Amino acid sequence: MAEPTLHLPIATHTLANGLRVVLSEDHATPIVAVNLWYHVGSANEREGRTGFAHLFEHMLFQGSANVGANEHFELVQRAGGTLNGSTWLDRTNYFETVPAHQLELALWLEADRMGRLLPAMTQEKLDTQRDVVKNERRWSVDNQPYGTWWERLPALCFPPTHPFHHSLIGSMDDLSAASLDDVAEFFRTYYTPDNAVLSIVGDFEPAAALAMVERHFGAIPRGAGRPALPPMTLPPRFGEWRRAVVEDEVAAARTFLAFRIPACGTDAWYALAVLAAVLGTGEGARLPRALVREQRLASDAGAFTFDLTKGADLLICDVTARPGVPVATALEALVAQIDRLRAEGVTPAERDRALALLEASWLLQLQSAGQRADKLSQFATYYGDAARLNTELGRYRAVDAAALHAAARDWLGEDNRASLSYVPKPAAQEAA
Amino acid sequence: MSVALRPAPGQVRSYRFPDTDEATLPNGLRVIVARMPRLPIVTVLALVDAGAVDDPEGREGLAALTARALAEGSGALDGAAIADRFEGWGTSFDASVDWDSTVARVTVTPSRLEAAFGLFAEVLRAPAFPAADVARKRDERLDDLTQLLAEPRGLADVRFTGTLFAGARYGRPIGGSARSVPGLDAEMLRAFHRAHYGPRTTTLFFVGDITLDAAVALAERAMGDWASDARASRRAASAAPQARETRRTRIITKADAPQSELRVGHVGIARGHPDYLAIVVMNAILGGLFSSRINLNLRERHAFTYGASSGFDARRAAGPFVVSTAVKSEVTDRAVQEILREIDALRAAPPSAAELSLATEYLAGVFPIRFETTAAVAGALAGATVHGLGADWFRTYRDRVQAVTDAEVHRVAREQLDPSRLLVLAVGDPTAIAAPLQALGHGDFAVLSATDDPSEQP
Repeated sequence: MAEPTLHLPIATHTLANGLRVVLSEDHATPIVAVNLWYHVGSANEREGRTGFAHLFEHMLFQGSANVGANEHFELVQRAGGTLNGSTWLDRTNYFETVPAHQLELALWLEADRMGRLLPAMTQEKLDTQRDVVKNERRWSVDNQPYGTWWERLPALCFPPTHPFHHSLIGSMDDLSAASLDDVAEFFRTYYTPDNAVLSIVGDFEPAAALAMVERHFGAIPRGAGRPALPPMTLPPRFGEWRRAVVEDEVAAARTFLAFRIPACGTDAWYALAVLAAVLGTGEGARLPRALVREQRLASDAGAFTFDLTKGADLLICDVTARPGVPVATALEALVAQIDRLRAEGVTPAERDRALALLEASWLLQLQSAGQRADKLSQFATYYGDAARLNTELGRYRAVDAAALHAAARDWLGEDNRASLSYVPKPAAQEAA
Repeated sequence: MSVALRPAPGQVRSYRFPDTDEATLPNGLRVIVARMPRLPIVTVLALVDAGAVDDPEGREGLAALTARALAEGSGALDGAAIADRFEGWGTSFDASVDWDSTVARVTVTPSRLEAAFGLFAEVLRAPAFPAADVARKRDERLDDLTQLLAEPRGLADVRFTGTLFAGARYGRPIGGSARSVPGLDAEMLRAFHRAHYGPRTTTLFFVGDITLDAAVALAERAMGDWASDARASRRAASAAPQARETRRTRIITKADAPQSELRVGHVGIARGHPDYLAIVVMNAILGGLFSSRINLNLRERHAFTYGASSGFDARRAAGPFVVSTAVKSEVTDRAVQEILREIDALRAAPPSAAELSLATEYLAGVFPIRFETTAAVAGALAGATVHGLGADWFRTYRDRVQAVTDAEVHRVAREQLDPSRLLVLAVGDPTAIAAPLQALGHGDFAVLSATDDPSEQP
């Protein structure tokens, strides 16, 4: 059977100020996606200012020298476009997809905030966005069953001094402490052309687009250089089984089992990414088949990698027990599957199934110009090579069943596990 | 400085929604093809004219469970083997039910299409519904419901529609309730399948790298001999409530909640409403866009929330109009006041020219972006078929949305937003929010427990 192959046109340029520009033409639809990755995330925050990178993402929509507060959203939507931004542990991205004839507007908006943000900053805007983010925290973390797992699991898996240890969305206290000086310092340090990748995908002429990029971004000065992150080197494995149990207002127990694995993008990582699909992607994967279909202990089971490219990554299995099933039973059943995988390995058919699902998922994502632009920015930021997008699937395909068995033996052992379990609060159980 | 000047738009480039071709097999099965040859992908979507409104009284969730259990066995294959086959082709069989229809989907590369469609057709035509697997799927639905009701957003949504449409089908979840689901069994699924799934009630959409001839050949081979007495039913009208709405305030108790999940709204419109597009534009201005009045007010001006939005869920019969947000507990009453104020304001005067053009330009411009993927185009074509919108709906959409005037927006705001009927519902901590909300004096007031289910009362 013919394997899907990628031949996306990908051209890269670097401006004199260090901004890397990635262009990929596609004239099928009259739209264009603009995507900016800044190589800064919550890992770059200083002590007492957790949540700052994400709070700053909000501030970047509050206007710049020539753009009013909320006008960035309004102008893109008025142009018939979609937009947003997101923050992760080691990067922040901003993106819009617009009708092709509005490309220059999108570039100008991104350039105005990269080049001229600070004149528009006010205490009032900071206070408002701080409250908006506190509401976001209540909404997605505090008032959400299992909502704290995003911060509890990294805290369990990375030591306190490690840049990935602390909360991405931040604590209420730290958010309260953020000042306008913090905004200015963070902006000058990280939001510089030499710390960014700009990708443009869609219906445009490369020469004209490059001229626009030069016109709007060319005069923005280079930054002073990104401060080094604290050391991220860790022992390759946890060295023990770490356990944490949390009582929460949940209707059923859920357990997360994490393994420390090599950083995303390293040769060893690809086998673990395929292993995660063998375990958790699709109904036929090991965990859903065994725990949901056969044993009927769980209502849901999956596995995935966190995709961290610095220091170490995590492979995480998550199982939601059926209401009434004790968390210990769910965790035992999960561990039994992991141990079996380590003992018996993976069949070639399982490996092929996982590969087929991975490939299809890539192809489907890449239908969207915005997703293609995001991947190009990601590959340029993390690997310095946007064109790796075309060959990336080959790295997954190179993983055979023997490599999967070896990866399971090497990385999923008892000395390398961290379990975070949520159990219903006793009071909540009585009331139910 | 020239770099600071806002650039003018370039030359507009033309866009055309994918053309469709159509054929009907001798047994009545319709086949519709939209060519999108850019990538080697084909989405197959089967639209069956059977929705949650076709659930018999007391058996709510039957249509949904039938769809969820389709791939649990057929011919010589059991459910696990079917999942393995589809996943080996890099896809899955995905079936779900909405109020008015059942949709089954599969997306594959052209080289895998023939094999995948063969199994897709078999699963759709001849599901085995093994009793043990139906029972498992039924338990999974009950587990999902338990999880949904433990989650503030899910609880607010379920209780809001339960209160609004009490006693009617729309008041109970599509997938059924803890009262109706335990009674469902494999024999009921078989009967529902016999009554509703057949060549005359099904439309097949092929979207992507495929021609009409190829699609018809596939459909003939796998479904040309499909015979069934299934007939489309039209029960939608009975799904909407009969009782007259009044102003009401309800609190659903969630002790110690740091935030209140708020829902404010009333019964809205059916999809076939002649003012549908003007109402979409009006809603965009009210709460449909990031730059809408409600979001800018609650999020950017008052910082009460992370986000607030409004929407009309238009079905074959009148679905809900609802404003949704989550606000810090202490400001729950003030947030409600601001929502009511924005509804009054949009009724009081036409929108500004800038507001109107933001909404219409956005809705018209975003069109090609919404339809980048084969799955999105297939879904849109299916929706147009469910509601009988006609083949030119997508072709003329942009012109028609841009033709909506401020006077029309004003008129539909007065006609479709009705303060005298608004239900205000908050999932939150009564010790923090009950007294202030009651003080607003917004109609009949009650504090309920999380387990009180208003949908069962007429």
